[in-house]
Amino acid sequence: MSLAQTDKYYLPQPSLWPIIGSVALLTMAVGGVMAMHEINHGLWVLLAGVAVLFFMMFGWFGEVIRDSEAGRYNKQVDSSYRWSMSWFIFSEVMFFAAFFGALFYTRVLSVPWLGESDTMQQLWPTFKAAWPTAGPGLTADGLKFTPMEAWGIPAINTLLLLSSGVTVTWAHWGLKKNNRMQLILGLGMTVTLGVVFLCLQAYEYHHAYTQMGLTLGAGVYGATFFMLTGFHGFHVLVGTTMLIVMLLRSIAGHFTAEHHFAFEAVSWYWHFVDVVWVLLFILVYWLI
Amino acid sequence: MSDAAHAHDDHGHHAHPTGIMRWLTTTNHKDIGSLYLWFSLIMLFTAGSMALLIRSELFEPGMQLMHPDFFNQLTTMHGLIMIFGVIMPAFTGFANWQVPLMIGAPDMAFPRMNNWSFWLLPVAGIMLLGSFWLPGGAVAGGWTMYPPLFIQGGVSYDLTILAVHIMGLSSIMGSINIITTILNMRAPGLTLMKMPMFVWTWLITAYLLIATMPVLAGAVTMLLTDRNFGTHFFNAAGGGDPVMFQHIFWFFGHPEVYILILPAFGIVSQIIPTFSRKPLFGYASMVYATASIAILSFTVWAHHMFAVGMPVAAQLFFMFSTMLIAVPTGVKVFNWVATMWKGSLTFETPMLFAIAFVCLFTIGGFSGLVLAMAPVDIQLQDTYYVVAHFHYVLVSGALFSIFAGIYYWLPKWTGHMYNETLGKTHFWLSVIGMNIVFFPMHFLGLAGMPRRIPDYALQFTEFNQIATVGAFIFGFSQLIFLVLVLKTIKGGAKASDQVWEGAQGLEWTVPSPAPYHTFETAPVVK
Repeated sequence: MSLAQTDKYYLPQPSLWPIIGSVALLTMAVGGVMAMHEINHGLWVLLAGVAVLFFMMFGWFGEVIRDSEAGRYNKQVDSSYRWSMSWFIFSEVMFFAAFFGALFYTRVLSVPWLGESDTMQQLWPTFKAAWPTAGPGLTADGLKFTPMEAWGIPAINTLLLLSSGVTVTWAHWGLKKNNRMQLILGLGMTVTLGVVFLCLQAYEYHHAYTQMGLTLGAGVYGATFFMLTGFHGFHVLVGTTMLIVMLLRSIAGHFTAEHHFAFEAVSWYWHFVDVVWVLLFILVYWLI
Repeated sequence: MSDAAHAHDDHGHHAHPTGIMRWLTTTNHKDIGSLYLWFSLIMLFTAGSMALLIRSELFEPGMQLMHPDFFNQLTTMHGLIMIFGVIMPAFTGFANWQVPLMIGAPDMAFPRMNNWSFWLLPVAGIMLLGSFWLPGGAVAGGWTMYPPLFIQGGVSYDLTILAVHIMGLSSIMGSINIITTILNMRAPGLTLMKMPMFVWTWLITAYLLIATMPVLAGAVTMLLTDRNFGTHFFNAAGGGDPVMFQHIFWFFGHPEVYILILPAFGIVSQIIPTFSRKPLFGYASMVYATASIAILSFTVWAHHMFAVGMPVAAQLFFMFSTMLIAVPTGVKVFNWVATMWKGSLTFETPMLFAIAFVCLFTIGGFSGLVLAMAPVDIQLQDTYYVVAHFHYVLVSGALFSIFAGIYYWLPKWTGHMYNETLGKTHFWLSVIGMNIVFFPMHFLGLAGMPRRIPDYALQFTEFNQIATVGAFIFGFSQLIFLVLVLKTIKGGAKASDQVWEGAQGLEWTVPSPAPYHTFETAPVVK
């Protein structure tokens, strides 16, 4: 892989985008803390930070797209992107692992411990230490909730996400055959499935909060349920947004059959989100 | 500038911004490496001053200088800043400067993201240090952020949680960059098993960072929602468990310990062969030992928690797995000693620091083995013995390796030799000062003095006074280092390209100072 003079690794010019991103995150963090402590205008500071972050992402990713379309990324750069996306997804796996770990630890170890010792028997004689639970204190205070049933919306959502994995692969086949119509159609279907998924999950959350007494505050069941499915839902939102960008780029005529790693990266991400959902469906919804 | 620097491509390297804009917008691995190292040095003096305040208060029993809550803020921030603001950025600075030079790459794989990885650190720094001036002061719950205490604090606690998120983001992006650079941008012929040890240790460190920083992010996110959004992860009334935080935290925290020491192993493994004028003894076993330490580091976390309550089977498992780590670590120590064996040794400042590293890090390793034994640890948990242990590992381990690395590569970076007399003065004052501070702490801990306490019983006075005197010697001798670095940047004897007679590797083939752009055409390694 001796690099010829024309085939150099692309080194970008100095860039303002990173420091703009830093300003965005500082503003968001300060605004977020202000909002959490109900200090005046905290929410506006947070939103201003988000706006700067979006501005940065538009600018930075736009620059990367222009570099790519100008053919500045050779095979070695492409390979860098592949490595980095794989490691990024690995880091996401570990992020979810922390929350799955919390689920297993409480379900398998610490909740049963709450029902074992004599002290507990004295303190909370009526408490049944079985999953799902809102914990001895909250239950004694009269908190009641219904756990989420797997074979309603969650099962439909499983079907939707699994199908979207198929459609995004079909779109990829289209791209590799230079069939632009199949690419756009496949991406369009994937985006639609993602959006429907998000709408159904929003409905499910609304139902949980208003009808089932199932909230973020419903003990450790509510906490693990909403944090796991919530972070997953956020990832679906990000994935859908990225798919929309890919759709718009496909319509604009970007990508070739040989050179389209951005598309592949998004589809890797989408499959990852898919796998997390299957785990969620089995471990959070189904096996209660 | 050399010819290599002129061979730029057409969308090239001309028209660089100057002044502050050069540093804000830079995409050059050498600039970013320098930024990391300067940030680390500034934070070293910041968190070091906190340590001196802590030691001043502890000079005598009773309360002299400060409110106990401010003392707790100082211990917490000293820990957080030394770990996330000094040791980690310094090693990342070394990685930025050295990895491309050592593997023959033109730059890091993602130069813009590299810039962002650095410029997130000052953001986190502002948030952490700024919280001293907020109502309630900075966080005072200890750097480990244990609930329920951490859930009860004020506004600075949320700011610290978000600062940890931002530092994690910076570490993850930095690690993805380093790992990709190493895997994808080595010069032709530089196979994995020919890589310099420093590059190997960073490859494995980057893997550890990517695997564990997201777990820390998850843990502090749970703290954040427990504090602000009504979840009950760490509250038994809601079915949660405060001990669960410790499990998740130390699942990150123990690999983090190796994140703080593996690059140190790498630096020392570069320096000892150079000044022994022999190749590294047992290169392959060094690689395997590093990898073994990394894998084992995921199986030992609960040895930080022997005293909190855990099934006996779990205590036994974590005790034995912890002791197992001594095996690959021992392999490394013996390999360094064997590298020196029958070498033709000279004792320039980098070598002095490297030898001090081997000796003193081993002391820290041994006290770690003592603490690994569950029954002993239950006695020593949260005493000054633990403080002595991890300062031997982090000061005479990680920090000394950073000094060693700076002395070793500074001539390559600046083009000037440093002043050897000043360097040796810095070394001897540091090594003596450091031992005066931390060695008596073993005795204090064995005698039962608890850590993180601003006041203590009378019988601990003498050892505390000795430690405080040592702390001031150690702290102020770091000013010599600052003067030395500034003097070396400004001038001094011209360094040759080779710099050190026994030095091996690609970084010594480029001119001193290393031109702004190096290896734009990859060298071929045979």
